[in-house]
Amino acid sequence: MAALQLKRVAKRYGATTVIHEIDLDVKDGEFVVFVGPSGCGKSTLLRMIAGLESVSDGDIVIDGARVNEVSAAQRGLAMVFQSYALYPHMTVYQNLAFGLENLRTPRTKIGEKVREAAQMLRLDALLERRPTQLSGGQRQRVAIGRAIVRDPTIFLFDEPLSNLDAELRVQMRAEITALHARLGTTMIYVTHDQVEAMTMADRIVVLRAGRVEQIGTPLELYNRPDNRFVAGFIGSPQMNFLSGRIAAIHDAGVRLALDAAPESSADATLRLRGPGATVEQPVLLGIRPEHVTLGAPAAGALHVTATIDRVEQLGAASFLYCSLSSGERLTVHASGQVGYTSGERVTANLPVTDTHVFAVTEAEAALALR
Amino acid sequence: MNAVDAPMRAVQRVLGVPRIGWMFVAPNLAILGLFTFLPIVVNFYFAFTGGVQLYPSERPFTGLENLETLFECESYLDPSTCRKDLFWRAIYNTGKFALLQVGLMVAFALITALVLNRKILGRGFFRGVFFYPVLLSPVVVALIWKWVLQREGVLNAVLAGAGASPVGWLSDASWAFFWCVFVSIWAHMGFYTLILLAGLQAIPADLYEAAAMDSASPWRRFSRITLPLLMPNLIVVLVLGLIRAVQIFDEVFVLTGGGPGSATTFIVQFIYQTGFAESIHQYGLAAAASLVLALSLLVLTLLQLRMTRKNLAGGKANGDG
Amino acid sequence: MASVTTILSARRGRGKPDWTDWFSYGYLLLGLVLMFGPVLWLVLSSFKSAAALNEFPPQLLPYGQKSIAVPGQEKPLPLYRVTMPDGATRELAEVRRIGIQATLVDPKAPDQEYKVNIRDRKPVREFRLATENYSEIFDKFSFGTYLWNSVFITIVATLITLLFNAMAAFALSKYRFGGRDAVFLVIISTLMIPPTIILVPNFLVVSELGLLNSLWGVIWPAVATPTGVFLLRQYMLTIPDELIDAARMDYASEWRIFWRIILPLSAPALAVLAIFSVMWRWNDFLWPLIVLSRTEKFTLQLALNAFQGELTTQWHYLLAMTVITLLPVTLVFAFLQKYITTGIASAGVK
Repeated sequence: MAALQLKRVAKRYGATTVIHEIDLDVKDGEFVVFVGPSGCGKSTLLRMIAGLESVSDGDIVIDGARVNEVSAAQRGLAMVFQSYALYPHMTVYQNLAFGLENLRTPRTKIGEKVREAAQMLRLDALLERRPTQLSGGQRQRVAIGRAIVRDPTIFLFDEPLSNLDAELRVQMRAEITALHARLGTTMIYVTHDQVEAMTMADRIVVLRAGRVEQIGTPLELYNRPDNRFVAGFIGSPQMNFLSGRIAAIHDAGVRLALDAAPESSADATLRLRGPGATVEQPVLLGIRPEHVTLGAPAAGALHVTATIDRVEQLGAASFLYCSLSSGERLTVHASGQVGYTSGERVTANLPVTDTHVFAVTEAEAALALR
Repeated sequence: MNAVDAPMRAVQRVLGVPRIGWMFVAPNLAILGLFTFLPIVVNFYFAFTGGVQLYPSERPFTGLENLETLFECESYLDPSTCRKDLFWRAIYNTGKFALLQVGLMVAFALITALVLNRKILGRGFFRGVFFYPVLLSPVVVALIWKWVLQREGVLNAVLAGAGASPVGWLSDASWAFFWCVFVSIWAHMGFYTLILLAGLQAIPADLYEAAAMDSASPWRRFSRITLPLLMPNLIVVLVLGLIRAVQIFDEVFVLTGGGPGSATTFIVQFIYQTGFAESIHQYGLAAAASLVLALSLLVLTLLQLRMTRKNLAGGKANGDG
Repeated sequence: MASVTTILSARRGRGKPDWTDWFSYGYLLLGLVLMFGPVLWLVLSSFKSAAALNEFPPQLLPYGQKSIAVPGQEKPLPLYRVTMPDGATRELAEVRRIGIQATLVDPKAPDQEYKVNIRDRKPVREFRLATENYSEIFDKFSFGTYLWNSVFITIVATLITLLFNAMAAFALSKYRFGGRDAVFLVIISTLMIPPTIILVPNFLVVSELGLLNSLWGVIWPAVATPTGVFLLRQYMLTIPDELIDAARMDYASEWRIFWRIILPLSAPALAVLAIFSVMWRWNDFLWPLIVLSRTEKFTLQLALNAFQGELTTQWHYLLAMTVITLLPVTLVFAFLQKYITTGIASAGVK
């Protein structure tokens, strides 16, 4: 159990900076997920915490102690590798026991802890097998077991589920979450899959190109993304981004308008903040597919005519992929089954209460506060 | 090659396509048959006959007499009590040499492979450095070192410069033996280093990271991860090295000629001398000694096969994925 | 600049060099000295004159005595540094030497002769390569013959080896005939039968074939290498069978297929085997020692061995011969080192 602090942590390879001054506070017992596209530095950051990579600048503090100079072998952490990294020449028992042997734990104690972990992960029948004789999911659990057995202060997971098939992934997600509930240890989990992030995390750290884009709980990121990147990264299918502008600003809020449907505008009770919040300012309007409705124009929404390109019916939900007269695309997530067909023209309603406003500057920051 | 094509087509018509494989493999098989398999059989004949004639039909059958001559000893532990004392001296020398040379060579090859496995500038160059002597002919190797070890050679010059007195390196029995071992290691280590290096590089890097996370000290990482996973390669290297060491001849023959006395005479030199170099060619004895050598090689090869099989069955697999 | 230091300090990634890094560099440096040193010493020594080789302790570089042209003399005279009676030192050329008395002249004023005790004079040295060591061995010792013998055996044996092994590998990889696997096993099993245990009967076979004291007696037994067959077969297995089928549809005979399709496509493996074969045949010793007893048939290796008995006092020739003998292999190494070391490494993993 430990709290982790990253203070202005940076990583450079020669002249290239891969991690730019990251600050992070992880509370004791939290499940924090690092998420982001490939190459964003999430694995590097995790490995720096583990001690497998050196820190170019800044401090890594575990339970109040600065550990930059402490070797990986001595930090008291445990890591579950993407490739599991199980020792191929050792049995499952020996794999689990190895860490404890290195710490000179007495033989009987090792036996206890190994069997405890094995039971927790349903590995008891497999203790005498070798990794090559196990399935992917079983190897995954041995990798986790190896970490559990050592009672680490922090668990580190490096994309552990990416080598599993979809069904197994769902199952393991639940197991890891259950494990966290049971052990209560601080866990840091790296993944590129935002579904894993959303379902497992207490807090999510969204990374891009070595920088933190936003830190927050899953719903905070979903409901109030700080910028266009986070808004587009979280949520599936991806949020729709349409060009629009700020038609007017008054006391109660602003008037938003869509470029694709200039005659339609609606009032939103939003307070704008940040640069670019001026009248006639071009902005990016973001609306999630699940918030778009189809049918007769509704009040409190922007209306736009859309042509349906493709309909995907999944039974419990339908996805409609449409294009607007401006050439922009619009994805709609409708509940249940729908009767629309390809080629139909419909009216899409974009409720302003669910609309996000982003600046059209490089940072694409979110402009509005509710 | 059109001149060859016509007769080949004829053969093809006769044999048919599948069986023409025999024609392609025939030359190789003929050579092997003539110069490997036939000699093996004939070797037994030589071993069990006496006389000095080369042609088999002129040789009287003597049964086990050659082998008896070789093995006639009052005490097997003291070569000087043996009728063919050179044979036994050669056996002991060869045994001593094989164990010493292979043990040291594999140890050094392992250290070198471990060093070369690290991220060092000029890795490829240094790999070549250690491998170069492997390419040199044994005669050249022996002469290179003979020149260094001369009484007025550079080694003694360095010693003299440091104030020590020069040594007759090749005229002293123990030193001559030492240098045979040294030169042999010098000339062959590079090859085994490469095999071990390949084995080291096949160990996935994340196993070491996992071991680091498992609080393993560098020594434990070596003894519990590197060594066990390298074991198949080590076994191959040890047995290959032993098989070669037992047959040592070329470089030591040129370096010391077997001397001083018979201090560095090994079994192949005994066979050569007995069968070809002395005034009377004792083909029978030489063939009998060859049988003894062949038997020890057979044992070594079977040992290797057994150990490789055992290691595989132990479920070792690199790269767990 | 930053990248250079990064490369130079590329180590275990911790940032500070620890003892294992120092040990590694030290070990590699020692290895470099030990592996290349003796060879370099051989080459340097081969360029020293016989007199220089007799010196102890030996100088590092080849030196020869400087000589100078003196007016009035036919040939250049050796130059000495002489201690004169008055204590000064002068450089004088030696005209003649009788016993312990040497007659020297000043090259600039050759008329005056100085008679000096040989103890008072030291040769003036300069860096000089005694290339005559190399040229004289061809005249004095039929070195050219030995060179030719080695070259002949190496090239002919390599060509035959490539042909026979390629044919066998082709048969074993692309044909299905009864007994094929048995043949393969038989060929591989000969790996376990080194020549050293069948010396006597092989001698009989070669003798009965009339190949004793003939270069062919060295060539023929050596051409059926199981390693070669194994190597080529592994490579040929990767050649798509469809190519052969297509050629058959084109009415090509099997021999044509082998010669015009398989062989060219196997060029990389053939090159590797060729290098091995050149190395093996050039370095062969024991078998040629047994088969070739007439000196005019000796290979370089046999000549070197024979002469070290006769020539222990003529090291300058022996060293030159040794350098020439190791030259081809060294050249192959210099150009192909990268491929050889990676090739052997990957083969060793199998």
